[in-house]
Amino acid sequence: MSEPIVDVRGVSFAYGVRPALEDVSLGARAGEYVGLLGPNGAGKSTLLRIVAGLAAPASGAVRLAGLDPHRAPRRAVAQVCAVVPQEPRVAWPFTVREAVMMGRVARQGLLAIPTRLDRGAVDGALEACDLAHLAGRRVDALSGGERRRVFFARALAQEPRVLLLDEPTAFLDLGHQVAAMRMAQVAAQGGLCVVAVLHDLNLAAAACDRVVVLSRGRVVAEGAPADVLTAERVETVWGIPVWRGENAATGATVVLPSLPARPPR
Amino acid sequence: MSRSATTRLALALAAGALAVVLAVALSSAVGAQPISLSAALAGRDPDAAILLSLRLPRAVLAALVGCALAAAGTALQALLRNPLAEPFVLGVSGGAALGGSIVLVAAAGVARVAGGAGVALGGAPPVALGAVAGAAASTVLVFGLGRIAGRLVPEAALLVGIVFNAFVAGVITIMKILVPAEEASRLTYWLVGAIGYEGPGTLATGALFVALSVGLLIALSARLNLLTLGDDDAAALGVDVRRVRALVFLGASVATGAAVALAGVIGFVGLIVPHLLRRVVGPDHRLLVPASALFGAVFLVLADALARLAFLPLGTEPPVGAVTAFLGGPFFLWLLRRRARPEDAA
Repeated sequence: MSEPIVDVRGVSFAYGVRPALEDVSLGARAGEYVGLLGPNGAGKSTLLRIVAGLAAPASGAVRLAGLDPHRAPRRAVAQVCAVVPQEPRVAWPFTVREAVMMGRVARQGLLAIPTRLDRGAVDGALEACDLAHLAGRRVDALSGGERRRVFFARALAQEPRVLLLDEPTAFLDLGHQVAAMRMAQVAAQGGLCVVAVLHDLNLAAAACDRVVVLSRGRVVAEGAPADVLTAERVETVWGIPVWRGENAATGATVVLPSLPARPPR
Repeated sequence: MSRSATTRLALALAAGALAVVLAVALSSAVGAQPISLSAALAGRDPDAAILLSLRLPRAVLAALVGCALAAAGTALQALLRNPLAEPFVLGVSGGAALGGSIVLVAAAGVARVAGGAGVALGGAPPVALGAVAGAAASTVLVFGLGRIAGRLVPEAALLVGIVFNAFVAGVITIMKILVPAEEASRLTYWLVGAIGYEGPGTLATGALFVALSVGLLIALSARLNLLTLGDDDAAALGVDVRRVRALVFLGASVATGAAVALAGVIGFVGLIVPHLLRRVVGPDHRLLVPASALFGAVFLVLADALARLAFLPLGTEPPVGAVTAFLGGPFFLWLLRRRARPEDAA
């Protein structure tokens, strides 16, 4: 098996005195789609920020394609790793093409004048995300689902080896959630190492090669979704009774919360 | 920047440069005393003296100040991710005024004690350095105190700027009471925000400061685009956020400090000009910063001409800072209300 391109070893992190991660290790390889699962406050997004080098671990080591992402020049990190933020913001009315072109900055000169290579990468990313017809539209005029695709396209235009997604399905309707998961899957099949923070256990079970469950800043389980997402584990980690089964059509693990039945009227 | 954007940049720069030349020419041609252009160019006084020694330097001074303030405003807006940011509103001009005032008063004090040898100290360059230092200090202060739980909150920074302005006004008032009347009136005259008549040496020094600082901001313009996305996003895309922000602070502080040293506190240029241009050239700072610099020059040259001409029948003229405040105050409120509408909230 190839060396992990994302290599997190024994990382701890705290916000002030409140510990957020304790002795977390994580490895992910090229072509792999890894889901980070866990309740709110488990440290998933913090772990993602540490992998991206946006926060420094208090202890432990992080390697991203051999780089220390917190110490290495930002340009070098951005050439190997792209982040799709949870709530992408655009303060000014840039067009879709302009926003996606920003993914190229780490490979451009001071004034970021695009080369043929840059334009090719942007065209490819727009195509892959079904945005070519929206290229001239203002990002702030798009719907939530379209806007999320713009930031996915921007990440693809970065031509990274590692793609970090922070809740790629948040605030999206079911159709757009599935589309977002498909794009991540396709990226992994194309050879990228994809690590995504996910809340929907069923989407994670259906799409991810591997899931890592975090609880209170610690890794409590990792492995194939079917092995990790047992009813017992979900009940312990999320603190709710669940029904666990299999999707008859695909064989994927399905986890449903068992709400108490409504009392008869 | 696509090929069409490169064309847009060339067009915007050509149009801006042409507009600067036209505005300076227009401003030089009009005034209380009608002059003959042919006589002036032939070197016949008083026409030549009025044109070359009074009106042209004054128009050039207005152009330099407008250029610096508009470029600084554009950069500060990108940094704060808010179109209400501006050197005057954020207290950067106020900081420059305070820094310059301290140097002016201190130099005058030294001159009193040391006699003639100290007089040279009261000249323009030390005041400019004091203004730049004051601008830099206030920029760091406003952006530092505008943070809540580590995150920059634009409204908080704007509030800090407003309070800082009130503080500076108070300190300068106290300084005026403490210094001799002659220096107090010198301070008042400088800070009122009037384009005056400066010699070639001062203009050349000012031009150097403005060229270097605006040049730095133009060089950073591609990074400014990314900073508008937020610190994490910009960093993830390959921007060294701290370094770029420090350089933008430096560029905006030097530009504002130079503008204040040259003409006192003139508000709202950096608010009005970038906002209007954003509607024409779009949000790309590689176009917006140079275009703002050029049209900021145009704006202040015309505003100064307006200030000179509008009250001509009364035989007086308000400082141009009064004109820009008269236009800028309502403009700021309109922008604030417009942004308060939910559809513009994003």
